Amino acid sequence: MSFSRGERMIFDNIDMDIVRGKVTAIMGPSGTGKTTLLKLIGGQLRPDAGTIHVDGENVHQLSQSALYKLRQRTMGMLFQSGALLTDLSVFDNVAFPLREHTALPESAIHHLVLLKLEAVGLRGARDLMPAELSGGMARRVALARAIALDPEMIMYDEPFTGQDPISMGVLVKLIHDMNHALGLTSVVVSHDVDETASISDYIYVISNGKVVQNGTPVDIKQSSSPWVRQFMGGLADGPVPFHFPAQPLMDDLLQGVKR
Amino acid sequence: MNGLANFLQAVGHRLLNRFSRIGRGSLFLWQCLLSLGYLLRRPRLLVAQLYSVGVQTLLIILVAGLFVGMVLALQAYIVLVDFGAEESISLMVSLSILRELGPVFTGLLFAGRAGSALTAEIGLMKSTEQLSGMEMMAVNPMKYIIAPRFLAGILSVPMLTAIFMAIAILGGFFVATEMLGIYEGVFWSQMQTKVDFYDDLINGMIKSVVFGFVVVWIAVFEGYDCVPTSEGLGQATTRTVVHGSLAVLGLDFILTALMFNV
Repeated sequence: MSFSRGERMIFDNIDMDIVRGKVTAIMGPSGTGKTTLLKLIGGQLRPDAGTIHVDGENVHQLSQSALYKLRQRTMGMLFQSGALLTDLSVFDNVAFPLREHTALPESAIHHLVLLKLEAVGLRGARDLMPAELSGGMARRVALARAIALDPEMIMYDEPFTGQDPISMGVLVKLIHDMNHALGLTSVVVSHDVDETASISDYIYVISNGKVVQNGTPVDIKQSSSPWVRQFMGGLADGPVPFHFPAQPLMDDLLQGVKR
Repeated sequence: MNGLANFLQAVGHRLLNRFSRIGRGSLFLWQCLLSLGYLLRRPRLLVAQLYSVGVQTLLIILVAGLFVGMVLALQAYIVLVDFGAEESISLMVSLSILRELGPVFTGLLFAGRAGSALTAEIGLMKSTEQLSGMEMMAVNPMKYIIAPRFLAGILSVPMLTAIFMAIAILGGFFVATEMLGIYEGVFWSQMQTKVDFYDDLINGMIKSVVFGFVVVWIAVFEGYDCVPTSEGLGQATTRTVVHGSLAVLGLDFILTALMFNV
């Protein structure tokens, strides 16, 4: 599958398999288009070449209504910001997909929402508005909303970014437990190496539009590639230089202020 | 030579951008119209928007209408008294309100008050990924977010215009009778004999329907199409007010020329 934005190639003929029932992690430095990949899987963007199949269906050949059906049946997505609807309370946010897509009576929705909120530990926060939640809580509410319709697959977009250690621990545990308890397929896009590696069954490392390495977390950690070692170890210098490309410092200084 | 090439390239680029925006705007309008049927199943969404788009604009319409009517009566008196025709004051007030000022003022005020709010709201939803999130929950934001706001705006503007007209004429009436000493009966009877229901009132209302449609279209499109950054959002909101107001004034000229057979 290939995808480019303007003249920049974001994905150059990459090939991935996401195994049902497992946690698959997609890692790579910021700006490698990890979020773009999720949007491609979800059908919000269209690849230039190649195909994406979800549950046996070619996402980009479906009609709009079939695509919406596929999303409703199989996909949940957790956005980095949570993407909660700011004019609805926590309860109504989680109830939103249920009210839109099912004909359940309000009493059943009430029970379901409370169960989903209980699963993420926020049943007590049901009356709060999204603006009153911390970042970690917002993501947990968004997670409850993503599992409201019992999807087969959940895509997590940078679930750990900007979280304090406690929220991070909670989210790691939640993603792991959800996957095992509900038999979900999880796709985690992240650059938080240790947390992601600790819960994933299989890892793809992408950089510059290519899959540079794939394998189990153990394989990746023992990688011989210097680039992967730098990325996984978080080293300041290595194949990815510390300096952004520029002319030598002395030339730059001698040139003076450009007019 | 290079400078010329660059210049031509820049012009072409801007032109293409303009055309692609017009194209996107038209497609957007088409999808929006197709989505309106959804509101039959979810009338509550429309009611909520009628409140925030229509009712919350009411106050500024009432105040503006009252003062416009009062000022018009004063100005009309100053001109007419020289000819001894001050008894026709109601004619001047009501004709200018019904034909021009009612629809135009309401359109401009609506673009400033409700249009900018619509753009900002939708644009912020876009930049906080709420629209995207909705799509991934298989809820079409076109139906859930855009359609109710669009229809609410289209329904509100003619109603607001009618209210503006009524309150402006009342304002003129109070100034004419209380301050300027015109007889109440003269005020109303002059209006009754010379103001035509079809030519004046209906034409004014047709204008307001057109203005409402265009202003709301611009407002929701700008929000939906904005660059999702704080800068992009600010620009989109400004464009809504500027383009919306200019569209109202330009269309007013065209409609007036068509309607009154000049």
